[in-house]
Formats: sequence, structure tokens, C-alpha cells
Amino acid sequence: MHDLSHRRGWGFWLQLGFTLLVCALLTVPMVMSMLAGLTANYFVGLKSGLTLRWVEEVWRVYSGTILLSLQIAFACLACTLALGVPAAYALARRPGRIARLVEELLMMPVAIPGLATALALIVTYGGVGDLRSSWLFILIGHVLFTLPFMVRAVLAVMGSIDLTTLEEGAASLGAGFLRRFATVVLPNCRSGILAGSLMVLTLSVGEFNLTWLLHTPLTKTLPVGLADSYASLRIEIGSAYTLVFFLMIVPSLILMQGLSRRGRPSV
Amino acid sequence: MSACVQDAPLPHRPAARPPAGPGWTGEPLRLAALLAPAAAVFAAFFLLPLVRLILIGAGGAEGWSAYLTTLADPGHLDSLISTLALSAGVTLVTLAVSTVAGLFLVRNSFPGHALLVALLTFPLAFPGVVIGFMVIMLAGRQGLIGTVTQALGAGKLVFAYSMAGLFLGYVYFSVPRVILTVMAAAEKLDPRLEEAARSLGASSWRVVADVILPALKPALISAGALCFATSMGAFGTAFTLATRINVLPMTIYTEFTLQANIAAAAALSVLLGLITWAALAVARSVAGTSVAAAG
Repeated sequence: MHDLSHRRGWGFWLQLGFTLLVCALLTVPMVMSMLAGLTANYFVGLKSGLTLRWVEEVWRVYSGTILLSLQIAFACLACTLALGVPAAYALARRPGRIARLVEELLMMPVAIPGLATALALIVTYGGVGDLRSSWLFILIGHVLFTLPFMVRAVLAVMGSIDLTTLEEGAASLGAGFLRRFATVVLPNCRSGILAGSLMVLTLSVGEFNLTWLLHTPLTKTLPVGLADSYASLRIEIGSAYTLVFFLMIVPSLILMQGLSRRGRPSV
Repeated sequence: MSACVQDAPLPHRPAARPPAGPGWTGEPLRLAALLAPAAAVFAAFFLLPLVRLILIGAGGAEGWSAYLTTLADPGHLDSLISTLALSAGVTLVTLAVSTVAGLFLVRNSFPGHALLVALLTFPLAFPGVVIGFMVIMLAGRQGLIGTVTQALGAGKLVFAYSMAGLFLGYVYFSVPRVILTVMAAAEKLDPRLEEAARSLGASSWRVVADVILPALKPALISAGALCFATSMGAFGTAFTLATRINVLPMTIYTEFTLQANIAAAAALSVLLGLITWAALAVARSVAGTSVAAAG
């Protein structure tokens, strides 16, 4: 590029310093919390020694919430795949005003605060059978909230390939609709489906706004457990629990970064 | 669904072609059937409950005017105003911080660049409760800032459990999202415009003010609206820091659980939903896309 000396003037160092400061603001508390979760006594500091005691304690008290969160996340993934991929296909095959309107409507659960959606669900379905006390009630909320992300990720990929031509080719060879869908459409949208799936899993595991109102004492998810460990227990346990949460979401975050680096559209 | 056949195709999309061959018969019907499950779930579990919530908000003795009178309650009005002010402040600070850092990252390359970008965007997946905990780690009773100010002899500075803590939390929450948007927009800038301005003798500040910022404007408006909407509706961070913070989501929560005042909670949620939806509609009309508003 042009003269580097101009670029590396005081302006460069000032901006670098500012950017590093912002980065420190974001990462220092993360590192502190990870260390606190592994420190024998946070009040005394690191010299009290490192221990896995708090992580074990978290597992003892909260393994139920962790397993329920995973159960809901994968059930949510199954639902958004079953509902979202066909819906995205329908929207992609008939672009037009109605498709735009449907897409706009489907995105609404992201635009409206989770608290409002949760209240709406409670006043409408809170009294229906045992639904209120079932984990399925939380699942419904998560599906509403994550479906837009699946539809969007799949639509983005479908918009970048010429589905009509691919399908016409397959149809002219005599492939029926189901065969085309399974062997032409789905494989071509693989990257979008993968990006959407990672997004759905991460969002569902971390969802709190809806879940806090929808949960019952018997259906606590990981973020609900986080909230009550922050409120009531010692800082080491809250930290160890946060560490467990980080470990759960990091793999999908790394995969997502890898996907977007390959130039595929993500959300 | 047959009506949509008449619609003009959107630009940049291949036009829907006429059915050809045996595999294509009954296509509109099939597409409708593919869309139906999602539409049914959405209608049953989102549209219907939302309509119910709106009706409950108007179901009290005052009817539809309840939506206005709920704001006559000084506590509610206070909470609405402070939430609006907080969100506006968070939006401005986040945009400023992210524009400086994002532009810097796009326009310079140096060792460790990729790591810096990864670190800055990592908190994207944190729910609000975790962000609240990060604020406690920074500015809580055993937090870093308090320890530093104490060591400097200025007394222990603790502000996590107040509006200032919430402000910090929402900025923390929004910076990674807005930086990504700024970087994506800045990468598309035409460097020739900047070079032209420079060759005409414009100073660095003039280039930023007259060339770069105007070009980034759509992205900034869209990211700002998203940031504003998220701050209005976020619940987890406020819940973690709670004690004395009076923001709209907390007010709705206390009205619902502690006061069992469902009509007021419903009216306030509908109001809140309208504000966030309108903000995001602005974002979408300007930029056409939205990033994850997780929480």
C-alpha cells in the first residue's frame, strides 16, 4: 500500500491502544472469571491454589440443568430443521411479495423481546394440561426464537445458487420431487444448513429472556442455573459454572468462524 | 398461495420459470404444503398468543385506554424514560467505540490482527446473564476496577449494581455485534474515493468526516437500531445486576410475578414490543439484514 510511515504515525498507535483497551474490557473479565472458577479461594487469590473442586460442585448441583439444556437444544435443532428448511425452500422457490411478508412475519420473534413472547405463551397456554410444567413449554419458546436464524441461513445459501436450473436438470432426468429435494436441494444447501444448525444450538443453550419466565423448578436450563448461582452462591461456583458454559459453546463458535472464513454466508 | 405467482420477482433473483415436465405439476400446492408446518407452529404459538396478550392489555376496566393509563403510573413512566435514555446512550457509545475500533481493524494489518478480531467478537454468543456476571467481575464488590482504585488510594469503586453497571453491560453486549457490522461495511468501501480526497489535499479528519462516515451511514443506522432494540428488551443483564435498577423489562417482570398485575405487565410488554419492532423495522429498511439479537 502507500506510504507506511504515514499510516504508522501517532494516529495508528492511538487507535491501536484504544482497540486493545476495548479488547481488554471484553476479555479481562472472562479470564478473571475462568480463573476464579479454578481458584481454591478467590478472596485470598491465586496463591490459595488451583482446584477443580468448584467445577465438581457445579456438576453435582447443576448437571440436571446442563443435560436439560442439551436436550432442549437438540430437540430445538430437530424442530427448526424440520420446519425451517422446507419453509426456506418454499420461500426461495417463489420469491415475491407474499414470500417477503411471510419472511418478515417469521422474523418477528427476534424483534420482540423474549419477555413479551414468554408472557404471551403463558397467558395463552399456561393452563393447558401439563404443558406449563413440561420442558416442551421451553422448547416451544426456543423454536420460535431460533427458527428465524435457521430460515435465514438456509435462504442465504439458496439465494446464491440457481435452484431452478439444478432442479430442472434433475427433473428432466425423471427425478420426482422427493428425490430432487433429497439429492439435489439438500446437498447444495449443506453449508447454510450447517451454519443455521450451529446458530440454533448456540442460541438455544444460552437463551435466558424467554426461558426465565417459562421455566418451573423442575425444568431449569443452564442459563437459569447461571442466574441463580450468580444470585445466591459464592463467586467461585458462579465462575466455575460460567466456565462450563464457555466450554459448551466454544466448539460451535469455532466451527461458525471456520464456516464464515470459507466465505459462506452465515447469519 | 396461487396469488404469489402473479408477483413480480425481486431483482437479483432468477425469475420463476413456467412448469416443465411431469415433475413440476402441482408445484404451488407443494410449496404451500412445505411452508404449512412452519406457518402453523408460528400462528399457534406466536401470532395467537401475541393477539391474546394485546387483548389482555386492553381487558381491564379501562379497555384500550389502559395502554395510555399504564404510563400515568409514575413508576411505569419513570421506567420507560430511563430505559429509553439508557438505550440511546448505550447506542451512541457503542457506535462510537465500534466505529473507531472496527475501522482501525479493517484499514490496518499487523501481527495478531486475526486474534484481536476473534477476541473482540467472541462474546457474541454470551447470554445477558453471563454479561451481567462479567460486569460483576469488573465493577462488583470483588471486581477488578474496585481493587485498582483501592490500590491507588481512591477508595473502592463499585458500580456494577446500578444504572452505570447496566450501561457497561449493554455496551459489552453490543460492541461485538456492531464491530462486525462496521467491519463488513468498511471492507466494501472503495479505497479510490479516499485516495481522491487525499490527493485533493483533505486531511485525515476531513476524509473520515466527509468520505468514510457518510459511506458507513447505512450500516451504522442499522447496527444502531439493532443495538437500541436489544438494549430496550434485554432482561438477563438487568436481572443479574438487579437490586436497584428500574428498567422496563424488570418492571414488567415484577408486575407479573410479584404484583400479579397481568394486565399492566401485558400492556407494558406490548408497548415494549412495539418500540423494539419499530426500531428493527428501521434497521431492516435501511440495510436489509439483521444480526443475531441474542439474549
